Amino acid sequence: MPRRILLVFCLPLLAAAQSTPSNEARLAAVEAAAKSAQSAGDNAWMLVSAALVLMMTGPGLALFYGGLVRRKNVLATMMHSFSLMAVVTVLWAVCGYSFAFAEGSPFFGGFHYLFLNNVGSAPNADYAATIPQQTFMIYQLMFAIITPALISGAFAERMKYSAMLLFTVLWTLLVYLPMAHMVWGKGGLLNAFTGGKIPCFDFAGGTVVHITSGVSALVCALYLGKRVGYPEEPMKPHSLVLSFIGATLLWVGWFGFNAGSALGASGLATSAFVATHFGAAAATLGWMLAEWLRSGKPSMLGGISGCVAGLVAITPASGFVKPFPALLIGFVAGVACFLMVTVVKNKFGYDDTLDAFGVHGAGGTIGAILTGVFATSLINDGLKDASGKILPLGLVDGKPEQVLYQIGGVLISWVLASVGTLLILKICDVWVGVRVSRDQEIDGLDLSMHGEEGYNFET
Amino acid sequence: MAWISACTVKKVIISRHRMKKIEAIIQPHKLEEVKEALKAIGIDGMTITEVRGHGRQKGHKEVYRGMEYHVDLLPKVKMEMVVPDSRSDEVLHTLASAARSGKIGDGKIFVYEVAEAIRIRNDDRGEGAL
Repeated sequence: MPRRILLVFCLPLLAAAQSTPSNEARLAAVEAAAKSAQSAGDNAWMLVSAALVLMMTGPGLALFYGGLVRRKNVLATMMHSFSLMAVVTVLWAVCGYSFAFAEGSPFFGGFHYLFLNNVGSAPNADYAATIPQQTFMIYQLMFAIITPALISGAFAERMKYSAMLLFTVLWTLLVYLPMAHMVWGKGGLLNAFTGGKIPCFDFAGGTVVHITSGVSALVCALYLGKRVGYPEEPMKPHSLVLSFIGATLLWVGWFGFNAGSALGASGLATSAFVATHFGAAAATLGWMLAEWLRSGKPSMLGGISGCVAGLVAITPASGFVKPFPALLIGFVAGVACFLMVTVVKNKFGYDDTLDAFGVHGAGGTIGAILTGVFATSLINDGLKDASGKILPLGLVDGKPEQVLYQIGGVLISWVLASVGTLLILKICDVWVGVRVSRDQEIDGLDLSMHGEEGYNFET
Repeated sequence: MAWISACTVKKVIISRHRMKKIEAIIQPHKLEEVKEALKAIGIDGMTITEVRGHGRQKGHKEVYRGMEYHVDLLPKVKMEMVVPDSRSDEVLHTLASAARSGKIGDGKIFVYEVAEAIRIRNDDRGEGAL
């Protein structure tokens, strides 16, 4: 027995005597192992996040919007979101990723990643140093899919399918990709972290996703005009049950959207996760309270609309603010978006079918500006000067001018979205015509555009 | 057995009015109670349709994101059955008392003469077809 113990103790010594790696080599091996472990953790979270963001479009948004339209348009509305999962993906592979994220001018990316050349398993340290660039690419694709899908809320129930496809392709090219490059691309005009001229903070897409889609939605609603019979004929949501499932899937998927925007499984991801959840909760209560006071009853549709408004507003702020400011941002957005879709919409009389502008345009604007107020380096220490000193972020850090930068970013996205959308709608109108005929609209788009019906109870 | 006929008969032989068609529009939540009551007196054939309508009953307000809708066509259930004349009063009494809650919106009952009834399976006619 003692002899065996002796042998066990001697074995490592014998092994060490046989090959003696230098301390440097051993250190390098340990460092490589640590790096690979971090990469594995970050990559796992980012792949899950990418899947969560796709889940927001289908089934999330498709169900949320599908339930809100009339029965005769349920499939056509779901098709808006679902088709984009295919169309934008192909566009992204061919040129979208390159135009958004290759190094180029302050306004537009370049051709370096055309056809996904040079996008492989090696990380791109400009964006995320610990995950394969391919992971970053697929994650960002999911954002490009949901953004035009959000606009479909404004033109639902009356846009031609062919025009919708053409519109969203052109819109992705001319509005989304430049905006994504300006805010998130290396050297972009609004990118605070790579020396942009107007340094904006937009953690997960308040300007890029929500303002662009929301403002474009308003332009679409104005350009297309009201639906036949609006607002005299009843146009009640045909299934709030579907909408409820969609909205709560959006809430869950949004963790991938915001916490995933930390681009790693870091403490910052946790912070963004918490802020996202708090924002959604406070906005749900804000909307329901406002509705309860104004129309006497708190509705479920109000509750789920509020949660989406809060998720929208917290999106740009999620990686920069503490939990309590997140609650505040959410609450403000909940009340403000309620007023947008009830008071303001009725006053101006535009037919934003599913309130894409009232929720995403308004919520995104509120969130982007409040990010400048509440952003703090206690949460996000990513902004440093040349000597590595952590710089203050927002008003609460004693940097009031950040609010102005945020407003600058908001204005640029409003202008780009409205001018770009108007131009694209004109092109589509001349090319294929944007609106369905009156008869097709009355028959419903399920039948007139797709030749099928959502509910065939008799079969 | 009472049975409902929804078929149109071209050659109508009006001999004796021996059957009545009873059409009742009732509150949907009263359907089970009414069915049980009719079953208890031996009436178990009927046709049910989900319908919408209103009489003196006022509708209600629904609000979706600030858009108000006044809904005055409310969901009701329409029951139809054909019974022999002799049983008509008994059926009407049973039906009405089972469907009654005493509030506005309880519904209405209409009674019609039936010219003929035919059992499609074997061409039975008249009361025998019920």
